[in-house]
Amino acid sequence: MNNAIEVQKLRKEFKAYSSRSGLNGAFRDLFTRNYKIATAVNDISFTVKKGEMVGYIGENGAGKSTTIKMLTGILTPTSGQITVNGMNPHKEREKFVQTIGVVFGQRSQLWWDIAVQESFRLLKKVYKVSDQQYDDHMNHVIRTLDIEPLLDKPVRKLSLGQRMRCELAAALIHNPPLLFLDEPTIGLDVLVKLKIREFLKEINEKYNTTILLTTHDLTDIEALCERVIMLDEGNVIYDGPLKNLKETLGEGKELQFQLLEKVDLAAVKHVTSGMPVKWEFDKKELIFTANIEDSDELISQVIAAVAAAFKIKDMKINETSTEEIIRNIYEKGAVEVG
Amino acid sequence: MDKYLEMIRIRFLMMLAYRTNYYTGIFIYSINIGAYYFLWTAIYGGKEQIQGLSVIQMTTYVAISWMARAFYFNNLDREMAMEIMEGKVAVELIRPYNYLGMKTMQGLGEGIFRLFFFSAPGLVIVYFIFPIRFTWDLSVWGLFTISILLSFLINTQLNLLTGITTFFLYNNMGLIRAKRVVIDLFSGLLLPISFFPGWAQGIMKYLPFQGISYIPSMIFTKGFSHQQAIEALGQQLLWVIILVIPIQLLWHAAKKQLVIQGG
Repeated sequence: MNNAIEVQKLRKEFKAYSSRSGLNGAFRDLFTRNYKIATAVNDISFTVKKGEMVGYIGENGAGKSTTIKMLTGILTPTSGQITVNGMNPHKEREKFVQTIGVVFGQRSQLWWDIAVQESFRLLKKVYKVSDQQYDDHMNHVIRTLDIEPLLDKPVRKLSLGQRMRCELAAALIHNPPLLFLDEPTIGLDVLVKLKIREFLKEINEKYNTTILLTTHDLTDIEALCERVIMLDEGNVIYDGPLKNLKETLGEGKELQFQLLEKVDLAAVKHVTSGMPVKWEFDKKELIFTANIEDSDELISQVIAAVAAAFKIKDMKINETSTEEIIRNIYEKGAVEVG
Repeated sequence: MDKYLEMIRIRFLMMLAYRTNYYTGIFIYSINIGAYYFLWTAIYGGKEQIQGLSVIQMTTYVAISWMARAFYFNNLDREMAMEIMEGKVAVELIRPYNYLGMKTMQGLGEGIFRLFFFSAPGLVIVYFIFPIRFTWDLSVWGLFTISILLSFLINTQLNLLTGITTFFLYNNMGLIRAKRVVIDLFSGLLLPISFFPGWAQGIMKYLPFQGISYIPSMIFTKGFSHQQAIEALGQQLLWVIILVIPIQLLWHAAKKQLVIQGG
C-alpha cells in the first residue's frame, strides 16, 4: 500500500433551494420549493502517494473544501470511491479519523474557554496517546512551534497566529500519517507563515507524513509542494508538478517601467513597434508593463528603446509569477501541459 | 471510556470559567421556589390536603423539583443547533468519538457541576427559609438518585433529538423554545401531574415527560409508595430505551444529508 489517498470518480451533489420572487412566491414557497441540483465535485479521480506534499488549489467555490470534507469522512459522497489510509472514511469514521490530522484554518478545534493545555490533554485521551508517546512527540512539536508560553492561556486570549500554531500542534497530537490542511495560513503574518512552513517540511521529512494542503496563498504551495492538483468548478483541470506548470505557462518575463514624464500608452507602444511586446498601463500607479518572451536579446532591446525615448524613474524585471499563471488558467478554464 | 470522563472534567473547567452565571443562577432558582411557595400556600388556604399532598409536601415538591432541574437541565439542543448552524460540527466529526455520546457526557459534566455548586448550596438556603421536610430514609435517597439519573437521560435524549432536527430544518430555535415550555409544563415541574384533569393524565401516561421531573420529585416527597416508586423507575428506564431508536434513526439520516454550513 503506497497510496495514502485514492479517489475514483468522486462526485458530490447538493440540493440548492431557490426562493421564488415576491410575496406570492414566498407563499408558494411555504408549500412546495424549487430546487436545483448543484454539483460541487464532478467525478474527480486522483491518487496521492505516501509522504507526498500536495497542493490542492482552486478558486473560491471550486469544490476544494467539499473534497476535503469527503476525504475526512465528514460528508458522504453522492457517488464514487474513496480509500484513504486503506479505509473508507465515511463507513469507518471513528477508526479512520484516528489516522488523520485536520486543520481547518477558519474554525478552531480547541475549546474556546479553557487553557490550551487542557484541550491538548483531552485530545491526548481522545486519541489514546500514551504519556511516553506524547512526551516524545509533543515536546518536540511544542518547542518547534514555540507555543510553550501559550499553553496555560485560554484560547480566546490568543492572537490568530498564536492560535494557528496551537491548532497545528493539536492536529498532530496522535502523530497522524496523513495531514489535511484547509487554508492553514489564512490571515497570518509572514513570520508565522514561515514558521509553519518550516515545521511542515520538518515533519514531512521526519515522519514521512503525507500532507494535502489547500490554500489561496500560492507562496505556500511554492514553498512546500512539488505537486499541485488544480480544481475548477468541480473538475480537476491540472494534476502534476508545479515546475511543469511554470515552465510551460510561465515562459515570459515582465518589464515594469515608471517614467518621469507624462506619457501615454500609444507613445510607448510606438517606441517598441516591430518588437513582440504586449504593453499594459496601470493608470493609478503610472506603471507601464511589458510582457515579453524570455529572451535576453529582446529584453535589452526593449529596455534600450524605452530608455532612449523617455526618462526612466524606476525599472523592474520580473519573472511571471505563479499567481499570474494561475490567474491565466482560471480565466481560460483549462490547462494544456505537455 | 477515559475520553468521556475527560470530557466531564473539561466541562467542569468550562463552567468554572463562567462562574458568575452560577451565583446569579442560585439566586434566580431561590426566587422561583419562593414564588411557587407563596402561590401554593395561597391555593391551599386552610386545606389540609389537595390530591393527596399536604402543603409541606407540596413545598418540598417544588423545592426538590427545581433543584433536580438544575441537574437534569442542559442546553445541549441549543449547543448542537449552534454547532450545526455555524458548521462547527465538522470539527466534531473528525474526532474519533461518538458525537452524541460526547454531547451526553458534556451534559453530565454540566449537571454534576450544578448539583454540587448550585443545587446543594441552594437547597441549604431554601431549607432555612421555607418549611421543607427532608426524609432521612436512605432507601428513598437511593431511589431518588437512580430516578434523577434516569430523568437526566430522558431529558438529554429529548434534547439530542431536538438538536439533530437542526440538520433538517437549519434553523430550529422555535422548536427548541417550544420543547422547553412543553417539558416544563408536562414534566410536572410547574404543576404535579396528579393536579391535571383526568383525561390529560391519561394521555401523559403515554408520554416521556413525567419521567423528567414528576417521578423523582414524587419519590422524594414520598408521594409514591415503595411499590409505585419501583414501577415509576421501570417506566423511566423503558423511555430511556425507547428514545434510543428515533435518535439513532434521525442521526443516521442526518449524517447522510449533512451540509456543512459556511464553507
